[in-house]
Formats: sequence, structure tokens, C-alpha cells
Amino acid sequence: MSFSAILPPIPVALPLLTAALLGFGGKHTPRRLADAIAIAVATLVTCATIYLAIEAAHHPIVYWFGGWKLRSGVPLGIAFVVDEAGAILASTGGLLTTLALLFSLHYFDSVGALFHALMLIFLAGVCGFCLTGDLFNLFVWFELMSAAAFGLCAYKAEEPAPLQGAINFAVTNTIGAFFIVVGLALLYGRTGALNLAELGRAIGPTPDLLVVIAFFSLTLAFLVKGAIVPFHFWLADAHAVAPTPVCVLFSGIMVELGIFGIVRVHSAIFAGVLPVPGGLRDVFLVAGGITAVLGAVMAFAQRHLKRLLAYSTASHMGIALSAWALASPKGLAGGIAYLVGHGLTKAALFLSAGLVLHTLRDVDEIKLRGRGRSHPLVGAILALAALGLAGAPWGTLLGDSLLDDLAMKQHLHGFVIISWFAGIVTAAAALRAAGRIFLGFGAREPEAPDVGGIEGEAPETAPSPRRVPVPMLLAPIAALICGTLWNLWPPLRQSIANAAGQLADHAGYLARVLRGAQAESIAPHLAPPSWVHAVIPPLAALALAFLTLARSRLPFAMRRRAAGKLNIFWRPLRRLHSGHVGDQVAWLTFGAALFAVAFALLYR
Amino acid sequence: MTLWFVPYLVAAWLFGWGLYGIVSSRNLVHLVLCLALLQTATYVLLMGIGWRAGGVAPVLVGTHPGQSVVDPIVQALMLTDIVVEATVMALLLAMAVQLYERLGTVDPACMRVLRG
Repeated sequence: MSFSAILPPIPVALPLLTAALLGFGGKHTPRRLADAIAIAVATLVTCATIYLAIEAAHHPIVYWFGGWKLRSGVPLGIAFVVDEAGAILASTGGLLTTLALLFSLHYFDSVGALFHALMLIFLAGVCGFCLTGDLFNLFVWFELMSAAAFGLCAYKAEEPAPLQGAINFAVTNTIGAFFIVVGLALLYGRTGALNLAELGRAIGPTPDLLVVIAFFSLTLAFLVKGAIVPFHFWLADAHAVAPTPVCVLFSGIMVELGIFGIVRVHSAIFAGVLPVPGGLRDVFLVAGGITAVLGAVMAFAQRHLKRLLAYSTASHMGIALSAWALASPKGLAGGIAYLVGHGLTKAALFLSAGLVLHTLRDVDEIKLRGRGRSHPLVGAILALAALGLAGAPWGTLLGDSLLDDLAMKQHLHGFVIISWFAGIVTAAAALRAAGRIFLGFGAREPEAPDVGGIEGEAPETAPSPRRVPVPMLLAPIAALICGTLWNLWPPLRQSIANAAGQLADHAGYLARVLRGAQAESIAPHLAPPSWVHAVIPPLAALALAFLTLARSRLPFAMRRRAAGKLNIFWRPLRRLHSGHVGDQVAWLTFGAALFAVAFALLYR
Repeated sequence: MTLWFVPYLVAAWLFGWGLYGIVSSRNLVHLVLCLALLQTATYVLLMGIGWRAGGVAPVLVGTHPGQSVVDPIVQALMLTDIVVEATVMALLLAMAVQLYERLGTVDPACMRVLRG
């Protein structure tokens, strides 16, 4: 029995058991012991999933829990099917959890081990979601991840804002998860199966109303998690109030898994019966495009740094959704490269936002103008990570490059324009904040409208007037280094290609799970990233940020006209983001109806 | 009797009322209960799917071979679903209590700390 045959359950079993022990120990566990245990477990999970990713390079690893194997070709038990894409995303989750825990060494001195327990449960949910091969199991991991996320979001429960943000987050996402149950119930009623591969086989080749409704329900649930417009309202609220290390996980992996959920469910179950080319492609391209543009515009309008980064996450998820809609192995490869690259650079950004909060005791760009001059290193990390959003080599370079290349071949010039726009505008927003805080650029803006939304961000750490603690600095730097490796190291590019090949190979997945076939999927050939993408968008973002900050030097008439024009545009947009949970659910209903109409028209 | 569609109608009805309650709610406790109502739609849906004409409870002791039973798997799924949702409900209610202690209100319309 080889090592990889017993490894698949470890990434979920280990953190869950440790979390149970830490929760049991509760406040009696010494803080440093809890830190050490949690970081060790997160590191082990990362190593285990990386090992699984190496082992799964040729074909997925199938693990049947409790030895309930296939009986005459019919799955009876629950399986983990570890494919390359799932293992890569799980290891990203493990890595980000490790970094977030490292960063939070100096956080929350008053609490015991419960924070660590919640982080580990979240990690287990992420790994289970990525590795499972069973639809109901997928729902349970999804909900485990969500429930831990709700708790983590409301962790600073002594203030009202985190509670309100967490309630918005929990209500909208629970309604989203409702749709997974509807989808899986319908599929089970039709086929009597819950295993993804068995479902893919039993569902047959011809789409009918029930299949379309099931696909619609499952997709809707993941779109809510993936913060696609108009389901994105919870995202900014949750990110703005969650502790910064938690934001790293939310933006770095949780939202990404929303997009990955669509890909997983579609590639395993629906690829044969509802292929993406055709009308479906346009629906997702339009939804992704609107999300990318709206997210970028909203990010640019923020002054609260964490909220700014949250909207930028929504924007990038729009691009990732479109990547999947490009419907080819290369598009999937670009999507995976984009998701992980974005996760790493966004993690670095949130970690540097945490550093800003630690050193300057606030994250409001306007209030902090020029106050960061004494912390040039923090400013440099923030600016570097921001460039990653536009496609610098530690960010979304590989994803941008692959996707733009493919979109040009498919004559989708609109996609290319939107992806450049989203990258440049979101990066410029973060760079503008960095320039204002750490260089004191830009005019004083006492009259600036209060757009951040939160009155005062309470610091999360005890003040340390001396230097920034080394682990807090190491974490974002490590994220940037991993991002660079991800984009430029050829062996990793090969595993992205393998992952995309496996995801695109619906028949191969079924054969592997249901017959144990050994055939290898055809991996697309991926060109190395083009340097055009590494240089031009980051420079454009720098220029845009500089222009925004130098606005006060522009002639007065021109400035006022521009401001007036933009306000007509921005004010209603801001009013839409009211932070009222009822409004958010109303938008969710509206969006669901919109998607339902689109699906109904497509599959009349 | 062909009343097979009744559970599906009831599920849709519960879902609709739950959603309406959440959107229009002026009280967080009411809102959380509406969310619970919405969740019960899935339980009814699952039960409806597992139903078999003439089926008995899936306890096989003492039944003769060939006896039709309702599907036990959906019942297991439903139980898991209930456990998961109970966790979320408890968490939400705890947050509502905390929020009341901080703000002195449970009306979502009065909580405007996050906007824009």
C-alpha cells in the first residue's frame, strides 16, 4: 500500500481533531502552545496536500472511506477524489492558513485557543471541499467552512460592526447553501446517486427541465459564495469587519472556492449534458464582466483599506468566472493560475493592511495621510502586493497572460479590455492608498465624503511602539515569494496544465472513479507568461494612482467638472450598498430570478 | 391518489414565505426564524423525494421481502442538513443577542454601521 493511498483523509482529519482538542482545552491552553500546535498542523496539511498534488499529476487519486469500494461498478460509500486542481487549491488554503496564523501570533492577546480552533475547522472545510468526490459531502464541507467563517467574521464581537457584517454574511450565504441542497435533492431524485462521477454517468446525455434546474441551483449557490454581482453585497461587509488574518482566508481561498465549486460540479456532473460552449458561455461572460467592472469601480471609490481590497476581490472573481466561461482546457488553466495568483497577492495585501492597522492604528486612507512615513517597509510591501493585482510577476501575471491570449484567439476583445481595466483600476486604488498613507501624496481632503462606512476601525493588536514584529513582516513577504514561484516556475506551470487537462476530461474522471482506469488526461501546452502583461498594466496602474493623487494640481475647472461627473455615477452605486440585510437578500432574489430567466431562455 | 406534487408545492410555499420574511423583517430574531422557515423547505423537498407509494418506514426487521420502504438515504441527508442549519441558527441568534446588547435594537434598518 503506497503512501498516497492513505493520505487523502489526513488534510481534513488532522485539523478537525486538533481543533476539537484545542476547543476542549479552551481558555486553559497556553497561548503560545496553541500557536505552535495550530501552525504545525496547518504546515503539515500544506505539505500533505502538496504531496497529493504531486501524486495526482497523472490521474486523480480515489480514496473510499471505510473501504466501501465499488460493488459491480456502483459506488456505495463516500469517496475523496483528489485531482490536481483540488489538491492545488487545498494546498493554497493550507499555505494561507499557515501565513495567517503566523501573522496572528501577536493578535488577540486576551483569548485562548478558540481562534485557532476556528481557523483549523475552516482549513478542514476548505480541504474537504477541494478533495471530495461526493455531492452531499461537498455540501457538508461547504457549510462547515461557512459556519467557521461566520464565527471568525464576528470574532470581535464586542463591537457592533463585526456583528452586523457577520449577520449579513451568514444570512446571504445560508440562503446560497440552501440552493445546493435543492440541486442535490433533485439530482438524487432523478438518479439515486450522490457520487459526482456516478451522477455524471447516470444523468444521461439529453438535458431536460430537471437537469437544468439542478444545474441552476448548484451554480447559484456557488455564485453567491463567489461574490458575483448582484450577490456580492455580503463580501465587502464581511471583509471590512473580520480580523485581518481572517480576511486573508476569505479573499485568498474562500471566495475562490465559490468559482471552483461551479467548475468542479460542472466538469464532474454536467459537462456531458450541458456543455459550456453556446448560450451558457455568454451568460457567464456577461455576469463576470459586470462583476469585474463594478467591483473595480467600487474599490476605487473606497477609503477604508480593507473594504477597498474586498471590492477588488469581487472584481477579480468576475474575471475568474469569465475564465471558466471561455470553455477550453487553456481557459481552465488560466482560471486556476488566476485564482491562486490572485489569492496569494491578495493575501499579501490584506496582511499589509493588517500591518498598517498594527503600526498606524487605523485603515482609513484619508485619515492616515502621510502618517506612514516612518514605516517605509510596510508601505513598500503594500505597494508591491498592489502591483500584483495588475499582473506583476508575484500576482495574476500567468493567469492574465493565458486568458488574454485565449480571448484574443476567440475574438473576445471585450474580455481583454475588461480584464485590463479590472487589474489596472483595482491596483491603482490600492497604490493610491499606499501613496497617500506612506508618502503623504494627494491633497488634504477634510471635505471628502465619508464613504468607508465604518466609524473608526478598532486596532486588533496591543500597541508596539518599537519595530514591527518579524513574523508579521515575514508573512506577506512569504506570500509574495510564493506568488512569484507560482507564476514563473516551470514545474508549477506543468501542474496547472495537468490540473486543467483533468478538469476538462469529463469522461476520464468518470472512468477513473467508476472503473479505476489509468489513462492520463491530455494536458494543454501552456506558454510562459508574456512580459507585456508584467510591465504595461502595473505601469498603467502606477500612472493612474499618481494622477488621482495629483488631482489637486490640475486646473480647478477641470477638476470640478470631473468630480461632478463622477459623483452622479458613484452616489447611486454607493447607496445601493446599504449594508441592510433585507436589501441584500432582495438583490439575491432578483439576481436568482435573472439567472433563472437566462437559463430558461437557453434551454427552452 | 396522485398527490405526489404536494410536498414540492409545500416546499416552494415555505421557501417563498421565508424569503419574503427575511427581506421585509424589522427584527433580527424574526429574521432568523424566517431563515429557519426557508430551510424547512429543503426538509420537505427531501422527504417528498424519498417517498414511495405504499412504502413503510425503512426499518427492515419484521418486514417481508418485497415490502416497499421509503428511501432512508434522504432521511439521513435531512438529519445532517438539520444539524448543519441548527449550528448556523444558533450562531445567528447569538449574534443577534450581542448586537442588541451593543446597539439596543434588533431592527436591521437601524444598523447602518456598514454602507457604501
